[in-house]
Amino acid sequence: MSGRTLLDKLWDAHVVRVGDGEPDLLYIDLHLIHEVTSAQAFEGLRLAGRQVRRPDLTVATVDHSIPTADRALPIADDLARRQVEALRSNARAFGIELHDIESSGQGIVHVIGPELGYTQPGMTIVCGDSHTSTHGAFGSLAFGIGTSQVEHVFATQCLPLEKPRSMNVRVVGDLPFGVTAKDLILGIIGQIGVEGGRGHVIEYSGESVRGLSMEGRMTVCNMSIEAGARAGMIAPDETTFDYVRGRPHAPEGEAFERRVRAWSELPSDAGATFDRTVDVDASALEPFVTWGTNPGMVAPITGAVPELPGEDRPQERDAAQRAMEYMGLEPGTAIEDLEVDRVFLGSCTNARLEDLRAAAEVVAGRRVHPRVRAMVVPGSARVKRDAEDEGLDRIFRDAGFDWREAGCSMCIAMNPDVLGEEERCASTSNRNFEGRQGKGGRTHLVSPAMAAAAAVAGHFVDVRHWGTG
Amino acid sequence: MKPVAFVEGIVAPLERADVDTDQIIPKQFLKRIERTGYGDFLFHDWRRRPDGTLDPQFVLNRAEYAGARILLAGRNFGCGSSREHAAWALADHGFGAVVAPSLADIFRENCFQTGIVPVELPEREVESLVGRARQRPGYRVLVDVAAGTIAGDDGFLARFELDPFRRRRLLEGLDDVGLTLQHDREIAAFEARRRAELEGP
Repeated sequence: MSGRTLLDKLWDAHVVRVGDGEPDLLYIDLHLIHEVTSAQAFEGLRLAGRQVRRPDLTVATVDHSIPTADRALPIADDLARRQVEALRSNARAFGIELHDIESSGQGIVHVIGPELGYTQPGMTIVCGDSHTSTHGAFGSLAFGIGTSQVEHVFATQCLPLEKPRSMNVRVVGDLPFGVTAKDLILGIIGQIGVEGGRGHVIEYSGESVRGLSMEGRMTVCNMSIEAGARAGMIAPDETTFDYVRGRPHAPEGEAFERRVRAWSELPSDAGATFDRTVDVDASALEPFVTWGTNPGMVAPITGAVPELPGEDRPQERDAAQRAMEYMGLEPGTAIEDLEVDRVFLGSCTNARLEDLRAAAEVVAGRRVHPRVRAMVVPGSARVKRDAEDEGLDRIFRDAGFDWREAGCSMCIAMNPDVLGEEERCASTSNRNFEGRQGKGGRTHLVSPAMAAAAAVAGHFVDVRHWGTG
Repeated sequence: MKPVAFVEGIVAPLERADVDTDQIIPKQFLKRIERTGYGDFLFHDWRRRPDGTLDPQFVLNRAEYAGARILLAGRNFGCGSSREHAAWALADHGFGAVVAPSLADIFRENCFQTGIVPVELPEREVESLVGRARQRPGYRVLVDVAAGTIAGDDGFLARFELDPFRRRRLLEGLDDVGLTLQHDREIAAFEARRRAELEGP
């Protein structure tokens, strides 16, 4: 028998019922929910007279539409308040643990899952949110679902699913100095395209991936959806086990050691075959900046807005032209010449403690450019507390950054944190779609260090050489 | 869910690739806790000018595509966010089928859940349909779920793939959750096995 991939092992371990001419029925170990995609699912349960099968495997928080300013004030937006109140009453009615707005465990759903130890290797994890792929960093199968499927998991703790194909993204060579996990995933998306992973679960492998911290691995897996993939995953190893050990909801003592032995069996076997394999040369990567309106439109910081594709590729030409028009850019403009109005440090991609540290290191002792409005939105209440304990908040505040409460904030701009028309933003988030951060807003995706440097310089700069000369 | 056997109607061509769900239904409309009423907000930022009035140039605002039931799109339609509101908005606006060279994974699933027929056709067939829809305003097709065909009255005919389970679900309007609940004993047995595994010897 040929070897099995990590995906094969995770899949096989969760099949409740092999479908005969039907999809397999897959068991779900952890169901994360938030206020935006759950209300209609609870309503569906009620209409059908059904219960939540495993409230003990369901965890709720509020993150998408809540304000990040003063938490003592009521939510001013009526619709957002209704949505948060609906989650509260649903969590109460169905016996689900809720990390509410004032709780010490509140935060972006994909930050608190790992942080509180709910997320563990070998699990199947779903959430009504496409960035659920983040949790694949632990060697789990984690993917976003729609609200109907949220209802399905509520009622059955299972989903009927066709097994996705497997794709091995082998990162060969070393990441050069100053090139981060964010640059790696932007480079991968630039190479394989925003549809490159469609129908597949990506496993990221190679020494450079092994060398990433859990925070870095989460950043990479988080943006798998931006490559069109169903999920992203990284085989669990000592780095993973060390991260999970001692977390509030992780197993303890002998139980933990027993789990580690089981988790150690998860990595893809040496002889395992993937449906597709793509090699990415890490040593050729640079800090990246997206120039367009999807995450595949990237350029290295040393580069320029690209020339338009030729007339023989009308669709691509049209797409690039539309993107440049929306972004207010001309072909050939050097990326370093792009001036920014706003800087957003946050999101489930890059708002963990390590991200804030990297940004603070760049900002320390400097001032935000007078034209720029910059904000830091920690990924969770705990990240915020930890950062404050280290004095990172002082560094940011002294430099002129806004220091906020935890939430999704300007990554999705459902709360008052919104870009104005034609405002240009260096953002550590994951999507540069039209209007994503506010109607008419212009988003450039970058790493935390690059965002911090842009805040100070007022334009994009190569953080590798900046400030040392 | 209501059974869907046929979708017949006018074809509206949206000739863009990689259309993400943020465009299909912008986030400011995701704060509602209802499942219906999203049709007016479909493609909101493309359909409306900054002053809020309809942009007469946008395909869905043009008289010849009024009441369209079939949306023709570019590859990777529905990428990005998992928001099922995108499928709800399309259905609420009157669309019963989306035809594209490829559909993003989560969006495709959400279409099935909402009773929208997701039709993936080779690029040249989609282009052929786009040409017909532009040359003959009011051009109509019939999507036949059981036969897996899409046909125009001018002789256009293409076949599309649907796996048999999905096809049956659409045709019979089956309740997915109800089907899974029939396997309750197997689910309980799986849970017992898992518990034993986690608790160890």
